[in-house]
Amino acid sequence: MQTHQYDVVIVGAGGAGMRAALESSTRVRTAVISKLYPTRSHTGAAQGGMCAALANVEEDNWEWHTFDTVKGGDYLVDQDAAEVMAKEAIDAVLDLEKMGLPFNRTPEGKIDQRRFGGHTRNHGEAAVRRSCYAADRTGHMILQTLYQQCVKNDVEFFNEFYVLDLLVDHDLAAGHVPDGEEVNVSGVVAYELATGEIHVFQAKSVVLATGGAGKIYKTTSNAHTLTGDGMALAYRRGIPLEDMEFFQFHPTGLAGLGILLSEAARGEGGILRNSEGERFMERYAPTIKDLAPRDIVARSMANEVREGRGAGPNKDYVLLDLTHLEPAHIDAKLPDITEFARTYLGIEPYTEPVPVYPTAHYAMGGIPTNIEAEVLRNSTDVIRGLYAAGEVACVSVHGSNRLGTNSLLDINVFGKRAGISAAAYASTASFVELPENPAATVVAGLEEIRTRPDGDRVADIRKALQETMDLNAQVFRTSESLTQALEDIKALHKRFRRVSVQDKSKMFNTDLLEAVELGFLLDIAETVVVGALNRDESRGGHFREDFPDRDDKNYMRHTMAYRRPLPVKGHRLWGTDGDGDHKGSFAHTTVFDDYQLVLGSKPVTMTRYQPMERKY
Amino acid sequence: MTATLDRAAAPQNAAAGAIPSFDVTLKIRRYLPDDGAGAPEPYWDEFTVRAHGTDRVLDALHKVKWEEDGSLTFRRSCAHGVCGSDAMRINGRNRLACKTLLKDLDPSKPIIVEPIKGLPVIKDLVVDMEPFFASYREIMPFLITTGNEPTKERLQSAEQRERFDDTTKCILCAACTSSCPVFWTDGQYFGPAAIVNAHRFIFDSRDEGGAQRLEILNDKEGVWRCRTTFNCTEACPRGIEVTKAIQEVKRAMITRAF
Repeated sequence: MQTHQYDVVIVGAGGAGMRAALESSTRVRTAVISKLYPTRSHTGAAQGGMCAALANVEEDNWEWHTFDTVKGGDYLVDQDAAEVMAKEAIDAVLDLEKMGLPFNRTPEGKIDQRRFGGHTRNHGEAAVRRSCYAADRTGHMILQTLYQQCVKNDVEFFNEFYVLDLLVDHDLAAGHVPDGEEVNVSGVVAYELATGEIHVFQAKSVVLATGGAGKIYKTTSNAHTLTGDGMALAYRRGIPLEDMEFFQFHPTGLAGLGILLSEAARGEGGILRNSEGERFMERYAPTIKDLAPRDIVARSMANEVREGRGAGPNKDYVLLDLTHLEPAHIDAKLPDITEFARTYLGIEPYTEPVPVYPTAHYAMGGIPTNIEAEVLRNSTDVIRGLYAAGEVACVSVHGSNRLGTNSLLDINVFGKRAGISAAAYASTASFVELPENPAATVVAGLEEIRTRPDGDRVADIRKALQETMDLNAQVFRTSESLTQALEDIKALHKRFRRVSVQDKSKMFNTDLLEAVELGFLLDIAETVVVGALNRDESRGGHFREDFPDRDDKNYMRHTMAYRRPLPVKGHRLWGTDGDGDHKGSFAHTTVFDDYQLVLGSKPVTMTRYQPMERKY
Repeated sequence: MTATLDRAAAPQNAAAGAIPSFDVTLKIRRYLPDDGAGAPEPYWDEFTVRAHGTDRVLDALHKVKWEEDGSLTFRRSCAHGVCGSDAMRINGRNRLACKTLLKDLDPSKPIIVEPIKGLPVIKDLVVDMEPFFASYREIMPFLITTGNEPTKERLQSAEQRERFDDTTKCILCAACTSSCPVFWTDGQYFGPAAIVNAHRFIFDSRDEGGAQRLEILNDKEGVWRCRTTFNCTEACPRGIEVTKAIQEVKRAMITRAF
C-alpha cells in the first residue's frame, strides 16, 4: 500500500475533472485520479455543441437561456444555479476559445452558433441559434483542449487508477449523525489497475467528477466505463443522491445499437418521420416540432412505435431524414454522425433515412451540491472539503430534463467552480486524520471477489440488470413495471454476493474491476427505481403512465435518496432531522438486506419563474 | 484452448435482422505479465463465438471475456470509435476493434487479433501507452500565444479554420504510430501521432509557437525519419491524411511558411 498527500484530489479526468484541475493545480498541490487515460473520457463523445448567449448570429441573452433551461427541466431546476450557468456560459465558451478550441466560425470570423432542442428566442417564440460548436465533435474538441491545457500546466495525473472508497470522518450510512454536525472528507482509496496495488490519497479537498451511469441500461449512448462510480461511492457513505429517477433518453440513438446521433442533425434541418413518412413531431410540439426537448421527442417516438407507426421489418424504430439536406452541408456540419450510420448500419444518410430509437443518455440526478459545487449531506449541511461537478453532480441545473448542450456547459461552469472552491478551501483547511486502516474495507471486498472460486458471472448479472431496467424503468414507467424492476434488483443484489471472476491475477485485472463496477451499477439502479416508484407524477424525463400529469402540489421537490442502517430497536433514526423533509409524499423507506433506502426531499429554489404548463 | 459457444441464433432486432448470424473464430495473441514466477511466453488462443450482423470485433472480444474466458484483457470505453482505447492489430492491420465490423472481415477464416506493435505489451492486448504520450507531450500540444488576451474570441476565418481541420480529429489511439515501420525499429522516433498534433497547432492561425515546434521536430528523431510508407494514413480510424500532414510539416520546415 502506498500513501500520498495532496491538497486537492480530483476523481475523474473528463471535462469537469480537467476543468477543475486547471483551476486547482495553479493554486494548490493537486492530483487527478482517473480510471481511464484522460482523453478516453466520455466528454469526447459529445457532439452537438455548448450553448451560450453570445448573440454572434442573432439576438440572444442569458436570461432567455436561463428561462429555457428552467422550462426544459419542467421547473424542477434550481433557478439560482441555472442563472449562474447561463450567465457564466459566455465566459466559459470564450475561455475555451482562448485555450485554442477550434470552433466553427461565422463569415466574420466569430464563433458560429446553431439551433438546438429547447433553446428559444424570447421565452419560446422560436428556435434560436445559441449552440457554439465544432462540427459534430464539440465534446472531442473540449476534451482535447482541456487535456492540452493540462499538459501545458503540468497537471499531475494518476491514470488507470480506480477510486474505490471515499474517506469521511463520519460514515453517514453506518450510524446517526445529527443535522448541523460537522462532517469532513479526508481522502480516497484507489486501486492501481496495472499492478493491483492499493493507494491511499489523503486530501484536504476531494472533487468528484466521475461522470454518469448509463450502463444501468442496455440500450445506451454511454461508454462501457460509465458505471456511476462516484455516485455509488457517495451513496455508500450515506451521502444522499438527488433526483435519480430522472434519466434522459436521447431520441436519436442508432436503432438497435444506441450509438448517439446528435440533436444537431435536427438543428441543421433533419426531420423525424414515422413509417408513413409523416413528420409526426408536428402533432406533439406544433411550434418547435423536431427541436422540442429530448424527453418530449423520445416519448413521441416511443408512442409512434407503440401505436404501430414504427418503421422497419419489426416496426420498432422511426426514421431520421437528412436526405433533403445538401451533402456538402452534411459533410461540413455532421461528418461524424453520418459516418456512424454508414459504418454501423450500412446506411447512406445522403440518400436514405437513418433508423433511430431513444437511447439512455444522461443522469439528471446525482450527488447534491450547491452553486459553489460543495456536496450537501441533507437539504442544508455541506460536507467540508467535498465537491462534485458534471454529470455525477446534481446542482440542479437540469431539473427533470436536461436541454441539449447544457451538459458541456455544466462541466465547464461547475467544473471551474469546483476547482476554485476546492483549492480555496484547501488553502485554509488542515488535513483531517485518516481512519485507522483506511483501505481495509476496499482490500477485503476486492480479495473476496478475486479469490472466490466459483459463483455467478459478472456479465450474467449485469445483463439481467440492464434488461430489467430497459424493460421496466425506461421512457414509459408504471407502478407495476417499477415494482418488478425493484424486485429484480433485490434479487440481483443477492446474486452479486456470490459473484466470482475468472481472472485471479493481480496485474491489469479488468475482470475484477468489472465486478466492482457492477456493484456500483446495482446501487445506482436501486436509487433510480425507488425514486421513480415514489414519484406518482410525470415530469420531464420521468413519465408514469399511471400518473400522466405533473403534480406540483405534492412533487415540486427534489427527491433525496439516503442509504441508512437498518433500524436498531428502540432507536429513532430520524427523530428531529431533516426539517420535515422525510414527510409527505417523500415518506418512503425501502428495506434491502443490509441497509435501508430512506427517501427525503429538498425544496426547489425558485427566483424569477413560476411554474407554468410546459408546451412547445 | 478452443471453445465454442452454443447460443441460439435469434435475430437480435430489425436492423440486424437483415444480416444473418454467423460463427466467427478469433485467434488472439495472449501474454500474461510476469508475476515473479518466471518470464512468461506469449501464445495464441482460439475462441469461436456466434456473431450477429452488426457485431464488431469488440463485441466478439466481449463475448469471449464475458461468456468464455474472463481473463482475456483489453482496453475499451466508448465502443463507437471516438475514445481511442481499443486500437489493435486485426488481420495484420491496425484498427479500432469497435469500428471493425466482423462481416467486413472474412469470417470463414480465423480473425487474428494482436496488440499494436512497437509499445511494450503489459497483458494480452494491452500495451504501455506512456512512451506514446511522452512523444505527444514533447511537441507542445497546446495553443501558444503572446501579448494580451483579447476580451472576446480571437477571430479566425472559416478558411483559416479549415487549414488544420483534418488534424484536429486525432483521438490519440496510436493506430498510426504503432503501424509505422520506423517507429517499430526506433522507439525514439516521435511517430506520426505526435507530428499530427504538432501540425494541428503549426497551421492554426491563432498559434505563435510554430517555429518552436518545428525546431523540436527538426531533431534527428523528428519528421525527417518519416519514409512516407503511408501505413499511418491507412491505419487512421478517423480518416486523417497523416502522411500528408507530415509532408506539410516537412515543407514548412524548409520554407518556414505556415
